[in-house]
Amino acid sequence: MLLHDTALVYGRYLRQSLRSRFALLFGVLTPLLYLLFFGPLLTELPLGGQGSSWQVLVPGLLLQLGLFGALFAGFAVIIEKGQGVVERMRVTPVSRLALLLGRVLRDATVFVFQAVLLVLAALVMGLRAPLAGVLIGFAFVALLTLSLASVSYALGMKVRTPQEFGPLINMVSMPSMLLSGLMLPMTLAPAWLDVLSHFVPFRYLVDAVRDAYVGHYTTPHMLYGTLVALASTALSVTLGTRVFRTTGA
Amino acid sequence: MPAVISTAGLARTFRTKAGPVDAVRCVDLTVHEGEILGFLGPNGAGKTTTLRMLTTLLKPTGGAATVAGCDLATDPAGVRRASGYVAQSGGADPQITVREELVTQGRLYRLPKAEAVARAAELAEELDLTSLLDRKTGALSGGQRRRLDIAMALTHRPKVLFLDEPTTGLDPAGRADLWTLVRRLRDEHGTTVFLTTHYLDEADALADRLVIVDRGTVAAEGTPNALRLRHAGSLDATLQDTFLAITGRGPAAPAGPAPVAV
Ligand SMILES: Nc1ncnc2c1ncn2[C@@H]1O[C@H](COP(=O)(O)OP(=O)(O)OP(=O)(O)O)[C@@H](O)[C@H]1O
Ligand SMILES: [Mg+2]
Repeated sequence: MLLHDTALVYGRYLRQSLRSRFALLFGVLTPLLYLLFFGPLLTELPLGGQGSSWQVLVPGLLLQLGLFGALFAGFAVIIEKGQGVVERMRVTPVSRLALLLGRVLRDATVFVFQAVLLVLAALVMGLRAPLAGVLIGFAFVALLTLSLASVSYALGMKVRTPQEFGPLINMVSMPSMLLSGLMLPMTLAPAWLDVLSHFVPFRYLVDAVRDAYVGHYTTPHMLYGTLVALASTALSVTLGTRVFRTTGA
Repeated sequence: MPAVISTAGLARTFRTKAGPVDAVRCVDLTVHEGEILGFLGPNGAGKTTTLRMLTTLLKPTGGAATVAGCDLATDPAGVRRASGYVAQSGGADPQITVREELVTQGRLYRLPKAEAVARAAELAEELDLTSLLDRKTGALSGGQRRRLDIAMALTHRPKVLFLDEPTTGLDPAGRADLWTLVRRLRDEHGTTVFLTTHYLDEADALADRLVIVDRGTVAAEGTPNALRLRHAGSLDATLQDTFLAITGRGPAAPAGPAPVAV
């Protein structure tokens, strides 16, 4: 039943995404602009890592895509609550977990698709990275999306208006972006900033994907990144499920 | 007649920043199988909140209830299988076509694909939506959208149908059609219908029995005529005066315009 319901909900929202092709492509726009107009600035700079500057920047942009996209996913739920769609579904026997899973799996699909587009553009710009590393990067985007979108939907179920939702999300997304070394590696940072950034879970994912992009698959970074990604996905989906099970929106 | 819905001390308090709101204080009621119950009350009396509790959308903060033999607290899945709900403000996604909404609804009620498609066509026929199947629900008129909401709630042929102000915004013909539909559901399928309305003529024409709530509790219940006699003093009294006498709102004195008998 869970499988049936999840597939049903997934299909409904995937069709919704496909209907708005413009939004589907629009999501890639911001990271694409970074790639085009910020990427070239880095090519000559000593970034401290191995590989080219593209191998440092692209992993960051991929995760930025997931970070901003998935964190705002909950907006949709607020709108659907207003339309009565959420309650209409919740009076049916449909699995509550499926209502969440169908949505977050759709988001993972969309963001991995956008990530592929971004990497293709990056290849044109000059990125060279091992295929396995690139695939690992997509896996991290997927996990990050599952995790953040779950939290976002849970929050969307809890708050009443988009006006409450936006600031809360910005409070999380901006510091996460700045403190995780998304654009430039934290190894360039002064010690205090580097230490601080270790408290931002997001940083571990960025480090892991950067290692993957230079072909290092068995590093401590990769281990920590994987653990953090899996743990936060498990935690977030659990939290999201609880909220979807119990909330009388 | 066996009871299909029975509640005892059902209550719901919302916690808000401005303090607790006792939306429903204590609702005791019984609805019999095949009955059309009119659930009336002034704005903010707690009608929608009661309906949301009875359809498992909202956890009661007090009391208990059973719907179609299933306990609200211990068997919400059973309640959901047995009941259909049309919310006060509807529940269709404006970007999606009527057809897709109807089919999805069937699938949400676990009908296999082919059956869901067939059921969607059947419902469209029944509610006069066939020519609108490929239109987005956002492009329907208010009355058409209402018919879609009702069609969605009937997908699984529920034993109990909850309708929250189903005829608000319908034109006279649309209302008459809805009344016919509700009566037919009861007569042909034995469906129990629990409906709220602010149209007292509708309550009078459609409901077998009325329950009037005010400030979260049941203020009166009985057949329209019994209520007239008891609260407005005469069978000739309008239901409007009866209603005002019960809820103590508005200019009407307890006796209303009709002289008190005896
Ligand atoms: N989610 C909520 N949070 C706080 N208060 C609420 C909430 N939902 C309803 N209320 C309050 O509970 C009371 C009952 O509301 P309800 O919607 O049940 O009334 P109603 O009888 O359906 O009214 P109407 O005829 O206007 O539809 C109102 O005072 C309303 O403001
Ligand atoms: Mg209401």
